Amino acid sequence: MKEYTLNINNKKIQVEADPDTPLLWVIRDYAGLKGTKFGCGMGLCGACTVHLNGQAIRSCQTPISSLKATSKITTIEGISTNIDHDVQKAWIQEQVPQCGYCQSGQIMSAVALLKINPKPTDEDIDTYMAGNICRCGTYERIRKAIHVASNEMKKK
Amino acid sequence: MENNLVNRRNFLKYTGLSGTALVLGISNSNAAVVTADTVETGHALFLQPTQPNLGLNLTPYVIIEKTGKITIFNTKPEIGQGTYQSIPALIAEELELLPEQYTVLQTGGETKFGPMQMSGGSMSVRLNYNELRKVGASAREMLLLAASQQWNVPASECYAEKAKVVHKPSGKSIGYGDLVETAAKLEVPKNPTLKDTKDFNILGKSVKRQDIPLKVSGQAVFGIDADVPNMVYASIEHCPVFGGKLTNYDKTATMNVAGVEQVVEVERVFGVYQSTGVAVIAKNYWAALKGRKVLKVVWDYQGNEKFNSETYAQSLRDMAKNEGIIDANVGDFDKAFGESVKKIEAFYETPFVAHSPMEAMNCTAHWKENNTLEIWTSTQVPSDVMRDIPTRFGLKPEDVTLHTAFSGGGFGRRLAIDFIVEAVGLAKTLKKPVKMIWTREDDTQLGPFRPPTFSALKGGISEEGKLMAFQHKVISPTIMSFLMPNVDKTKVDETMVEGISHQAYEIPNMRNSFVYADIHIPMFWWRSVTSSTLAFSHECFMDELAHAAGKDPMAFRLEMLTKDSDTKRVLQKLKEVSNWDKPLPKGKGRGVAQYEFFAGLGGQVIEVTKLSDNSVKIDKVYAVIDLGTVVNPDTVKAQVEGAVVMGVTAAIKNGITFANGKTVQSNFHDTPVLRINESPPVEVHILANGGSKIKGVGEPGLPPVAPALANAIFAATGIRLRKMPFDLDNLG
Ligand code: FES
Ligand code: FES
Repeated sequence: MKEYTLNINNKKIQVEADPDTPLLWVIRDYAGLKGTKFGCGMGLCGACTVHLNGQAIRSCQTPISSLKATSKITTIEGISTNIDHDVQKAWIQEQVPQCGYCQSGQIMSAVALLKINPKPTDEDIDTYMAGNICRCGTYERIRKAIHVASNEMKKK
Repeated sequence: MENNLVNRRNFLKYTGLSGTALVLGISNSNAAVVTADTVETGHALFLQPTQPNLGLNLTPYVIIEKTGKITIFNTKPEIGQGTYQSIPALIAEELELLPEQYTVLQTGGETKFGPMQMSGGSMSVRLNYNELRKVGASAREMLLLAASQQWNVPASECYAEKAKVVHKPSGKSIGYGDLVETAAKLEVPKNPTLKDTKDFNILGKSVKRQDIPLKVSGQAVFGIDADVPNMVYASIEHCPVFGGKLTNYDKTATMNVAGVEQVVEVERVFGVYQSTGVAVIAKNYWAALKGRKVLKVVWDYQGNEKFNSETYAQSLRDMAKNEGIIDANVGDFDKAFGESVKKIEAFYETPFVAHSPMEAMNCTAHWKENNTLEIWTSTQVPSDVMRDIPTRFGLKPEDVTLHTAFSGGGFGRRLAIDFIVEAVGLAKTLKKPVKMIWTREDDTQLGPFRPPTFSALKGGISEEGKLMAFQHKVISPTIMSFLMPNVDKTKVDETMVEGISHQAYEIPNMRNSFVYADIHIPMFWWRSVTSSTLAFSHECFMDELAHAAGKDPMAFRLEMLTKDSDTKRVLQKLKEVSNWDKPLPKGKGRGVAQYEFFAGLGGQVIEVTKLSDNSVKIDKVYAVIDLGTVVNPDTVKAQVEGAVVMGVTAAIKNGITFANGKTVQSNFHDTPVLRINESPPVEVHILANGGSKIKGVGEPGLPPVAPALANAIFAATGIRLRKMPFDLDNLG
């Protein structure tokens, strides 16, 4: 057991955990932020996607010991206060989620994609989002919603 | 008042679907007390049944509070299919509410909500459409009457709109909350008048789903998100060989893992299938997983380690020579087949598959000091949980509380409650709240799985190219053998031959049959059940017959549909929207399939391109679903899009195999599901032209996928695929 200080959604939290504890369980069970999901535990599905200094990472593959107190971790709860991030709004407009379980991860990946590629093509989307599984099959709507969000963000 | 009320409560008739009688749920003289309220923090879906709340309980499904707050109870768990919107909408439409004017709460198997609190079989809308509308209409009529009494005007001068009653001549209006007390004294109308469909504000419209904002912000509460103070976490080591037994275990190393508290035995029960596992209990889930890794368990495999899926498949092939038990027998198959000028025979095979919902099985349970039990989980069957758990664990139903969460996918998997039995068993042993989570590996390997069906087909074509004789023999193990101890094997298991004898094709001589096979691997209903495999053999063989008859596959099918039928309309629509008669460029091909079964009817045309490297790419899917009546067209589209993705996965990704008694696959790397880069565009068309029968939404989009794809591949490449899954990258 070791003491760690983390910055999650601009909030400092102190946790005592085993060094190999995946960030996923720290976020969910220590920080109490349940929006980040467990899907496979092997880096295969993307349900656990969060941002580390703005970049999408799989939190199930990120041991707490690899994080610095200065690392900025952002979860789905941290991307907006009123469900009003352009990506969230696009997701609502296109009615993307079915069961919704994969969607926090999908949205975190989409936000990260649009940051590095504000105007992605369908192929760009397919390549970047291929790490996020949706068993309900919402892929077409995800593609559409990313275009919608991209257009909205460009207007600003 | 009290007695009067009890009497009224006794009038409640739950006819399996919803209250056909209504109840005024006022249970004491000075205030209306209902037994449910939301958890006030966040948008939790979990019910907090101990918090009383003041309000009018017009029928068990609706609470109108004096403050004007309106709550509608959803009895059909939301598993992605949209019932969180569609089911309350049936009530809200008749009660003249807009979607933002009511809160939805999910029921937890409480007796007052009836025995059918479940999502499955694409039943939710098709079986409750009128009943739930009547619930809303009764409440509306009572509020109208209450307003007319309060105002002392004729009820006919009043109408309801947006949670208010309006007096037409004067224009004055009153909110529902202010009518609660008067309405509570009224009789419940027995035959309320339903709205004219042309006046619908919500039904039939692509209304935005109320669960979606919760699902794009991480606020939706799934079973895995249950948070109970002082809970511990559990991970269970199950016997890797189905049918094996626990001999003993050594927990020394496990107990040395920091955070591990205990190691205990636990029972898993799925129908007649039963096994004992070893659970590691820890302060956090990671510690439970680490402790489980070093746990040493000795199993007695009981000879089941000899089981291999390839040997099993061979046994099914061998059994194909058995006559089987006759299902449909029309005309004289033998004679007609003998007289046919072209006879063809084919054998089709399908694999086991896992449901693999994104949220692996999990359940949180708390067995308290006073022998009451609280359960938090994602389940498709709250009613079943409440029927089973109290009896199984020797509790009174009123001492068990179930909180039904959003499900991270169901697809039939959550119709089983084996994982709930496990968690409750642990809670009983531990006497503290415990959250039990299956790993993805557990979820992939432990079943229950969709059974494999093998099909032996024969068809005879006449001189004129007409299908004269047809036979579909299904060889398969049966799901029923897990649900019932003694299946009568002298009768056909209808669920294993579903649809094959009921297709609308007019075939003069047909004999279908079923050959029972045994197996010890637990199996269960998987989205669209046996139709998900039988459609493949049935509709691919129809294609083979069309080609044998020298006919276009669409024309061949339509020629067998001289009478008006839903199937005919579906195929005609497909023909139109896919431009079927317009030839495709060389190297491309299209295939068609349709399937009608218990859940409903869908059809698809799929277009593919043959690439130079012997692979095939899916270009486009045209899907038609026949519904009769539609509640939310956008939700229907989403369901069909999703069913296509799931259907393509089942068609082209490897399913589940067994070696040495164990499941070979373990996670998404070796039992992959379709990803976004592989997902084809889907164009959905809904047929909803009224009609007496309302058909289901969640499942009918799935069965036609594999056969339409295989038929398209044949059209593009000349290769006939008779075994699922097929490898699109290497058609050999
Ligand atoms: S849970 Fe982390 S990638 Fe699947
Ligand atoms: S919405 Fe259900 S897994 Fe993606």
